[in-house]
Amino acid sequence: MFRFLLYPFNLLIDSLEGVGRYVELMASMFRSLFSWHKNLSLIVDQMFHIGVLSIPIVILTSLFSGMVTSVQAAYQFESGFVPNWFVGSIVGESVLMELAPMMTGLVMTGRIGATIAAEIGTMRVSEQIDALESLSFDPVSFLILPRVLAAAIMFPILIIIADCFGIIGGLFAAVNAMDVSHLEFIRGLRNWFRPWDAWFGLIKGLFFGVAITSIACYQGYYTTGGATGVGRATTATVVISCVAIVFLDYILAAILL
Amino acid sequence: MIEVKNLFKSYGDKGVLSDINFSVVQGQSVAIVGKSGAGKSVLLKCLIGLVKPDEGTIYIDNKLINTMSFRQLQKIRSNIGMVFQFGALFDSMTVGENISLALHKLTKLSDDEIKERVFNSLKDVDMADTEDLMPSELSGGMKKRVGIARAIAAKPTYLFYDEPTTGLDPVMTDSINRLILKFQSTGKVTSVIITHEMRTVYDVANRVLLLHDGKIWFDGSPEEIKNVDDLVIQQFITGNSTLV
Repeated sequence: MFRFLLYPFNLLIDSLEGVGRYVELMASMFRSLFSWHKNLSLIVDQMFHIGVLSIPIVILTSLFSGMVTSVQAAYQFESGFVPNWFVGSIVGESVLMELAPMMTGLVMTGRIGATIAAEIGTMRVSEQIDALESLSFDPVSFLILPRVLAAAIMFPILIIIADCFGIIGGLFAAVNAMDVSHLEFIRGLRNWFRPWDAWFGLIKGLFFGVAITSIACYQGYYTTGGATGVGRATTATVVISCVAIVFLDYILAAILL
Repeated sequence: MIEVKNLFKSYGDKGVLSDINFSVVQGQSVAIVGKSGAGKSVLLKCLIGLVKPDEGTIYIDNKLINTMSFRQLQKIRSNIGMVFQFGALFDSMTVGENISLALHKLTKLSDDEIKERVFNSLKDVDMADTEDLMPSELSGGMKKRVGIARAIAAKPTYLFYDEPTTGLDPVMTDSINRLILKFQSTGKVTSVIITHEMRTVYDVANRVLLLHDGKIWFDGSPEEIKNVDDLVIQQFITGNSTLV
């Protein structure tokens, strides 16, 4: 009758168990790092899937986030007290430090996180992971390591692409939406630019990439319950990854800035 | 030789296997039968180290596998071919790649030798010239055959089959049974077959274990099981649900 009272406790215990299993899985993944060269072709393959195939969506989202930042900055500057070239500064700093890594992280959660969770989850429920083990393969170094390593390499590259296209989008919108010339925009961009800000964005990208892929791999690896279980794992991956991204965003800002 | 002693396995409050004891000698073909949910597949997965038992010991070739590290288990597994219920083929790879993957891992054969071994394994299961097909292009029976080809490719001394004929038509069932017999007839292979098809038991096994309520309810030959005066056994072998 009072079973509902136990619900929060059960939830807490389940969550702690989940954290324990995640840490255990990551520990065995880091142990298998020493044999990364044995799965080089898989890593390259994943770099293509995670990185190269994501370039169009990253360009599209970063372009529009740069443009909207520019338009909103222009709207704020309508009073005339702030010089127009400040738009370049605002767009540059916002894109490099926040928009490019954050937007890329969120988009990649849907594109890569959900795919990995569904892929590995399906392998689990159709006994393909058991088959790998029965053939003497270590599923962690065969399935998880290549994905996480590929994300760690490709996410910073995607952030650089997002930085470039975010700024190009901002420039395009600034020139068209308000009376700012190319040169004024670039002057603003250079005025506030600090190399560390760009590095900060790349470091965030690296953490986001590892977080998204490791959460997706974990959810997929421990999938149970057939097709419903795969659906649950995919949803959980997207939700937990989004929360992890905003959490990491704050933690990294607090530590690194 | 496989030796299972005092094996217990449960999931939460539900006991699945309780005090299981048996041994399988070299060259034997043992069918493990029982109702759905009786713990047959769990037992098979315990034998290959995919599921850790709660209590008890499992020896394969006098080596205790329960406490083995992953690397030690890899050596034991390289001697075991496992055929999964639905084939468990890697769906991102072609049929040929599914088989050669194991050979690259388990043997030191050259690429040409592996190619030849893949061809021969597929020929053995009447699936020649299907190397380039994807698993999604295969029927259920074909997937099981490719699963068998993958399991036999590295020439293991143990072959474990998890419901190899479930869900197949009678002709395909007969064809798979003949394949199992063919590998068994070499005398070098020890087979453990999980099934609930009595036809498969009579066709391929020389010993039957019946699991019921998590225990071994019967251990004997396929001829003996037909004549046992026990309702649980009679219900299972006749498929008559009104007996118990």
